[in-house]
Amino acid sequence: MNEFLEFIENNLQITYILILAIFVGVEVIKSIPAVLHTPLMSGANALSGVVIVGAILVMLHADPTDYVALTLGFIAVVLGVLNVVGGFAVTDRMLQMFKRKK
Amino acid sequence: MGILLNIIYLIATVTFIVGLKMLGHPETAKKGNSIAAAGMGLAILGTVFVHEQQVSPLIYILIGVAILIGSIIGWLIAIKVEMTKMPELVSLFNGFGGASAALIGLVEYGKNVNYATQSTTIVSGIIIGAITFSGSLIAWGKLNGSLKSVVRIPYYNIINNITIIGIIIFAAFMVTTGVDSQLVLYTLLAAGLIYGILFVLPIGGADMPVVISLLNSLTGIAAAITGILYNNMVMLVGGILVGSAGIILTVAMCKAMNRTLGSVIFGAFGGATATAGENKALGSIKSTTASDAAIMMNYANNVVIVPGYGLAVAQAQHVIHELEEMLTRKGVNVKYAIHPVAGRMPGHMNVLLAESNVEYNMLVEMEDINPQFSNTDIVLVVGANDVVNPAAHNNPTSPIYGMPILDVENAKHIIVNKRSMNAGYAGIENELFYNSKTSMLFGDAKAALTDLVAEMKNI
Repeated sequence: MNEFLEFIENNLQITYILILAIFVGVEVIKSIPAVLHTPLMSGANALSGVVIVGAILVMLHADPTDYVALTLGFIAVVLGVLNVVGGFAVTDRMLQMFKRKK
Repeated sequence: MGILLNIIYLIATVTFIVGLKMLGHPETAKKGNSIAAAGMGLAILGTVFVHEQQVSPLIYILIGVAILIGSIIGWLIAIKVEMTKMPELVSLFNGFGGASAALIGLVEYGKNVNYATQSTTIVSGIIIGAITFSGSLIAWGKLNGSLKSVVRIPYYNIINNITIIGIIIFAAFMVTTGVDSQLVLYTLLAAGLIYGILFVLPIGGADMPVVISLLNSLTGIAAAITGILYNNMVMLVGGILVGSAGIILTVAMCKAMNRTLGSVIFGAFGGATATAGENKALGSIKSTTASDAAIMMNYANNVVIVPGYGLAVAQAQHVIHELEEMLTRKGVNVKYAIHPVAGRMPGHMNVLLAESNVEYNMLVEMEDINPQFSNTDIVLVVGANDVVNPAAHNNPTSPIYGMPILDVENAKHIIVNKRSMNAGYAGIENELFYNSKTSMLFGDAKAALTDLVAEMKNI
């Protein structure tokens, strides 16, 4: 318990942001009509590729001779970008079809 | 430099929120997606270039190559995939995101073993990332049919629960002792991967929309956890947004099937207790022909089409649109009734019909269409079964009892297109077919609808 309180104490700001972000997320998404659930999901899926930022940081911080870190970081960047680019591109393609005809 | 990067991240975070918000309306959705994508691009470029670190050119080249490879493959997959394959694709991409989070954790663990906060986030990131990765791959395999739909090892519930509890205890041990061993680290990774497989394998095909939503949510949480590790707000907020979206869709899908999340994960759906064996005669069925059906629809005022996944399997989306256009030209008021779990992922049927150029404002959600059925002359059910089964209302022993359905039996007449009298996905008898107002139009959806359109032209 003490450790938990200490964690909150040391990370107060991030805890606030975490909780506020949850509320923002729920409020933004809950009103989305069922028609758009699939694009929402693939768009959100693309957003989860934001983990790529961490993968790039891994590579930037890696020692150029640390082949393990470089290899793992490299794969992480490839997979993250795949997630981002593929996700946004396919969402765009899908939404292209949701056109209202006159 | 530091402040510039932070401003870039701040802008990216705002684009994510605004983009998601705009995704909520058909008119603005496309723009919203582009805005979020632009923000993501900005965040990626900022991370690569805006810092004061000394980085060897080799690393820049590697990052560039990795981004190039990922972009090309991602792009090619995205432009080639068929819309019926969307659930598989989302699962696959989702798995990649999870894998990325797990790999980051593997690299960072050694440097942070002595700091409890950091190692807690790293260990959580590895576990969740690994579960999402292997779980998504299993889901992908099930959706594209290369894996048998349901695999249940004996006592799978107990085994799964023991596995996850074991993983948590093991992780707690790693954090508290600060053990810096590659063996221990990779054991954790392997355990996470195994749990992901065990977790998705027993889940049945009908529950796939729930699983995909849940896995999507988990990837977001993995990204958010990694954000805490780097004290990086764009990752934290972006990840949480995805996590929330996934949870909301998961709950929506559960509600649409009248199932609790627990019963999906520890499910017994379609198990030995299902009443599939009870094949008692429910009365007689009446079959009709394409020409009779065409005449009936031609002289109707209001027609509602109920498409199910069977429609997409038969590739009949285009023919049904042709039929709908033809009826509209003849002055018939046509609408589509979309059940929330029509298809293999949330909202899938809407995308499939939109691809065939059906206007989205003709697609009516369940709550809005249900009160209208009593004023409907003809309901045409194509490739749907369980979502129109009245047993959900009036048979407490049925496995689908309590599930919200489309109340098509309130319409004046119902035409059901079906290949044969076999039971639906859940293996349950459907008394709608024996209703005196129902006529069965037997045949493959595409062939039957093509005939219907041809007959309609002759009238």
